Amino acid sequence: MNTDVMPPMTTPQSPPPAFPADSYLSAGWSLRSWLLTKDHKRIAILYLLSISAMFVLGAVYAAIIRWNLLVPDGSHMSADAYNKTFTAHGVIMVFFFLIPSIPAVFGNFLIPIMIGARDLAFPRINLLSWYLYVIGAGFTLYALFTGGLDTGWTFYTPYSTVFAQSNVELAAIGIFIAGFSSILTGLNFIVTIHKMRAPGLTWFRLPLFVWAHYATALIQVLGTPVIAITIVLVALERIFHFGFFDPNRGGDPILFQHLFWFYSHPAVYIMILPSMGVISEVISTFSRKRVFGYSFVAMSSLAIAAIGFLVWAHHMFVTGMAVYSAMVFSALTYLVAIPSAIKTFNWTATLYKGSISWDTPMIYVFCFLGLFLIGGLTGLFLGNLGTDVHLTDTYFVVAHFHYIMVGGAIMGYLGALHFWWPKMFGVRYPEAWGRLSAVLVFVGFNLTFFPQFLLGYMGMPRRYHVYPDEFQVLNVLSSAGATVLGFAYLFPAFYLLFSLLKRQPAGDNPWGATGLEWRTSSPPPTENFHEMPVVSGEPYDYSKLGKEAVLV
Amino acid sequence: MKGLPWLPESASSISGEVDAVFFFIVAVTVLFTVGISLAILFFAIRYRRRAPGEVPPDTHGSVLLELAWTLVPLGLVALMFVWGSMVYFHMNRPPDDAMTVNVVAKRWMWKFQHPTGQREINELHVPVGRAVKVVLTSEDVIHSFFVPAFRIKKDVVPGRYNVAWFRATRPGSYHLFCAEYCGTEHARMGGRIVVMEPEQYETWLAGGPAPESPVAVGEKLFTELNCITCHRPDSAGRGPLLTGLFGRRVTLAGGETVVADEAYIRESIVNPAAKVVAGYQPVMPTFMGQVSEEQLLALVAYIKSLQVPAEGAPAPAPASQS
Repeated sequence: MNTDVMPPMTTPQSPPPAFPADSYLSAGWSLRSWLLTKDHKRIAILYLLSISAMFVLGAVYAAIIRWNLLVPDGSHMSADAYNKTFTAHGVIMVFFFLIPSIPAVFGNFLIPIMIGARDLAFPRINLLSWYLYVIGAGFTLYALFTGGLDTGWTFYTPYSTVFAQSNVELAAIGIFIAGFSSILTGLNFIVTIHKMRAPGLTWFRLPLFVWAHYATALIQVLGTPVIAITIVLVALERIFHFGFFDPNRGGDPILFQHLFWFYSHPAVYIMILPSMGVISEVISTFSRKRVFGYSFVAMSSLAIAAIGFLVWAHHMFVTGMAVYSAMVFSALTYLVAIPSAIKTFNWTATLYKGSISWDTPMIYVFCFLGLFLIGGLTGLFLGNLGTDVHLTDTYFVVAHFHYIMVGGAIMGYLGALHFWWPKMFGVRYPEAWGRLSAVLVFVGFNLTFFPQFLLGYMGMPRRYHVYPDEFQVLNVLSSAGATVLGFAYLFPAFYLLFSLLKRQPAGDNPWGATGLEWRTSSPPPTENFHEMPVVSGEPYDYSKLGKEAVLV
Repeated sequence: MKGLPWLPESASSISGEVDAVFFFIVAVTVLFTVGISLAILFFAIRYRRRAPGEVPPDTHGSVLLELAWTLVPLGLVALMFVWGSMVYFHMNRPPDDAMTVNVVAKRWMWKFQHPTGQREINELHVPVGRAVKVVLTSEDVIHSFFVPAFRIKKDVVPGRYNVAWFRATRPGSYHLFCAEYCGTEHARMGGRIVVMEPEQYETWLAGGPAPESPVAVGEKLFTELNCITCHRPDSAGRGPLLTGLFGRRVTLAGGETVVADEAYIRESIVNPAAKVVAGYQPVMPTFMGQVSEEQLLALVAYIKSLQVPAEGAPAPAPASQS
């Protein structure tokens, strides 16, 4: 293993990699040219900066949580401060990191290029999406820093509507506004994918990354308005004392949970589907093979989106709902697991008889596969009526969703970052550091969250500022893991930023990948292609690579 | 199982059933995690790239494989679903001979009342081997009644009754946790379920001043609040006869029928217009805000105790038959 990268794919005729004469990055240096850009690639970079900042903030809150949980007596901070901390962690990570992450950065940057278009269907609405995100974040951060929010990111009533003394309305406004960012991005993607594909690019020739984002966009457009209206109802109840959720006024607290989870469950598929799209792209590249069962993987994304709207009440099995209702939701929950299983098997089959290279993005794929496997399978415990009664509202749930959100979605995000960094910025990063960091993230992650499965089964409830002594050993292990994980996340920040200074050129196609984005320069020109492509073959056709440059 | 690290105690008649499903799913999870991870690792090593330009053989899909890895998981989850549903049914059907303990949760404590009237705060004494049904309600926000050793949990929701039940199988003292975030002291809203041998439980009940049973409290309230003026023990009242009501099916004005359980009785007191009995005028005033949750539980206990009189006594009318 050397610290340089493997030599990029070159044919005998092509020159060694160099920076292109013009690119979207060099097309204007003023702040105005960035803040008023209509270029989807620049908007992607704007998102990259803002969500990275929010991730750091959310991670700081996580660090405070784990620091508090080192001791059972809660002596590190007050109960109110702790409750505000876990709320902030959830609100920031869910609404301001995970939901935008891959679509807003990589979807924005890549979808037009992957389909051979010059930009998204609505470039100005794309910029508006970013501003809505920033304004929403602004309101929410203001709420968090001037008094805080202590309802949990789930805002359950009547606590949030009648009893909470914190900045509920302000935070609600922030999340409401950010929701429109998500809706507009989804709308943009749907129209773009329908209407702007290059000649010859039929639906079943689309990269699986595009399929994944199409399914995600459907959820964004259909689901987000429900949480928007629910937030409005909470605000109306809080300010004007309407009785939607107040039993003393004839309302029903459980109604809130139905409305909330009707969006928030599909929302978790917004968070994971794009990551699955990334896995398909990276695993095919570094196996030099088409994804096994392409149409099954493509259709499974749509299946997850559709069935995902039908399972929300599996968050409510102990609320006192009718047993037969609960059975329906349990059955549908098991059904939604099947398409994810299909994907996992197809990815594994993609490796069979491949030509597998262990570059950094591929290490992240391996991490994703192992951790998503555990996260997804532990969902089986929670979809099961018999075991969920014991496990719901305990650390088992916390472990389950972190395995999927962090072990799955964030691994996919980091894999995407390492895979497309050379394309977005034209530079290489040191492979050795990349692989080391990925392994460190994997180790730190498991040490942080695996003990939490055990804690949950033992009965430690979630959102606990203090806990019985017998839970301390596992909590200390978890906090130790979080320390490792925190440092592991710092490494990419450093070497990726350093790569921008060192400026080692990447060339058009450093990984030897198929896909239209690798047919243009790194970084691409503002108009994406000097010559618009025509698509004549299947995606992931590695047998054609290495021959004369024929567009896919 | 007791004493094994990372395994909670198993102290109720249902905890074994829950653990059985749990460990079945553990087995399936471990099988697939290990199996698929090993396959991935094996492929990643066995098929690692040997030369920079190498292109492996092109594979397409396999409908047979897709069917296999769709149907086998489907079969496994179907099994899990059926098994889990059976356990859930069992958890949601309290035995008829269960003793009822009323539970009122408020920020941040648990208030218990035994059927004989003894009150406890944060600690509940119960006899081993006896089915105990807890009727749960909240005075403020949603809480959740969680006893890990019994593997039971039920949300405690203001404005309604939720029911859970357990039959403790071993004497001991077990954690009770609040498992739904309820504000500042959520983590400190805990307590204990103290399971005693039956004789010890009787002794414990008999210790302390003789309490007033919820039935007696309810009977007094029934008069004080003037329920008796309309709900007379003969057929001349403006309201339905309540004797023998509990557990029966009631026909409502719209034609549908409901079972007169604790929740129905509570709702009829605080929101009488919601379910008007067929044949009666909707004239009952609401008592929302005039009775506390504990008073409501006492009224429910009293009405539950009103049995159909023995042979020879005037028949109740109008009777709603199941």
